[in-house]
Amino acid sequence: MSILVIAEHDNASLKGATLNTIAAAKAIGGDIDVLVAGAGCQAVADAAAAVAGVSKVLLADNAVYAHQLGEVMGDLVAELAKGYSHVLAAATTTGKDFLPRAAALLDVNMLSDVVEVVAADTFSRPIYAGNAIATYQTSDAIKVLTIRTTGFDAVEATGGSAAVEAVGFVSGYDKAVFVGEELAKSDRPELTAANIVISGGRGMQNGDNFAMLYNLADKLGAAVGASRAAVDAGFVPNDLQVGQTGKIVAPGLYIAVGISGAIQHLAGMKDSKVIVAINKDEEAPIFQVADYGLVADLFDVIPELEKLV
Amino acid sequence: MKVLVAVKRVIDYNVKVRVKPDNSDVDLTNVKMAMNPFCEIAVEEAVRLKEKGVASEIVVVSIGPKTSQEQIRTALALGADRGLLIETDEKLESLTVAKLLKAVVEKEQPQLVLLGKQTIDSDNNQTGQMLGALTGMPQGTFASEVVVDGDKVNVTREVDGGLRTVGLTLPAIVTTDLRLNEPRYASLPNIMKAKRKPLDMTSPADLGVAMAATQTLLKVVPPAERQAGIKVADVAELVDKLKNEAKVI
Repeated sequence: MSILVIAEHDNASLKGATLNTIAAAKAIGGDIDVLVAGAGCQAVADAAAAVAGVSKVLLADNAVYAHQLGEVMGDLVAELAKGYSHVLAAATTTGKDFLPRAAALLDVNMLSDVVEVVAADTFSRPIYAGNAIATYQTSDAIKVLTIRTTGFDAVEATGGSAAVEAVGFVSGYDKAVFVGEELAKSDRPELTAANIVISGGRGMQNGDNFAMLYNLADKLGAAVGASRAAVDAGFVPNDLQVGQTGKIVAPGLYIAVGISGAIQHLAGMKDSKVIVAINKDEEAPIFQVADYGLVADLFDVIPELEKLV
Repeated sequence: MKVLVAVKRVIDYNVKVRVKPDNSDVDLTNVKMAMNPFCEIAVEEAVRLKEKGVASEIVVVSIGPKTSQEQIRTALALGADRGLLIETDEKLESLTVAKLLKAVVEKEQPQLVLLGKQTIDSDNNQTGQMLGALTGMPQGTFASEVVVDGDKVNVTREVDGGLRTVGLTLPAIVTTDLRLNEPRYASLPNIMKAKRKPLDMTSPADLGVAMAATQTLLKVVPPAERQAGIKVADVAELVDKLKNEAKVI
């Protein structure tokens, strides 16, 4: 078997999600090649070549891949996938954008958000907002999967010495162009990779009050997340949303502050090792999954917590 | 321009699903069904485009059992002009759905195809992208803003680090994220009017699409149960437990 893993990166550095995806590839077994597609991304290819267990790095360094648009990435991955038994990408917004496109070009189905490799053709994935785990066997000639990164422990980023090979294929797709982007800047750890996550919900009342969570997060080295209610109310930007439609996290410690615990939110965090709920409503569903619950006003608790940790 | 909107009948998002005792699937008997929330947002966006004078006709298509007519009627009550049901009782994989939609796209020749970014039952997030590949159309996935300008559409997308805008040449595909809009409620007179709007029926065979399934569902199990823990009395006790019992800080 030979597996193609598409690297997640920003043209400057290899993202941690790639290491979890390579871990899933290892669980399948076989040669693992990594595709780095971007512009001016030699450093990413070098980083991928250093990952333990990688056989070869394919480098598609061309201006057309600068923003990894789904259309050109779909063309490229479909072109390269033909020699592989499996094609994997992390279930990030980038992977979710291009991989189904590549699968359809290859005329195969795909499995999204895989959390467990049962066998080389059998995989488990959550359905119904994580309220059921389905196991599928696929007969597709090329198995195309996105990997839920929280389902697999990252492989070591060092120890390998794979060769880097340039890819000649260049997609000529021109009906989609990059216009611009607005990325949130933060010094805190990345939400999906953080070991501690502190999330605020509607109970935070306004965006200014999130400063309390930021202060506490900085003290704990934690990332800050939010429920959909907090995002919709404009307290914080959408990329902080944890849940079925936002990010999936599984940190060592998840602290839910002023979050009731709707099904859709739980889908994004219930695999956390330890869950703490701080809520003044004793009946809030979040207490049903919390290891430690504190029924109290968050405006009293958070400053006190900051003092004590 | 003509807008095609795909909608799916799924379990209501508030229902807590149960896995069947024989682990063959989830139990959907006597469960409340509704239009997939992301599809509702797609319908709303199409209606807003019509109200702005951008869209001239909205066609709603659904694929599924006869009961999916209810969801098409809902879309018609919200402002869509006519409906099309591709009737089948089989559970379809995304690629087959995309192939069926491609056949509809070829027949209807829409300038814009709107879909939800994912359904809340299978959580696949695949169909729009697959339809893009099959039709050669560009795709604006996870859209939180859609601006049609002549023969182009600018789509602001929700991505992991924030927001990103792409420019697509029409005809194009857009899949909706939750923040694109707030769907309206259908009024009673509009629900009555929707009953007289045309709703055509067809089948996968009529569209010439073979239904080859490649994924076998082996089993469905409930996720590992999480037990409720303990309630602590105050912040000091919480910090003590986190430090000394759970050892996470």
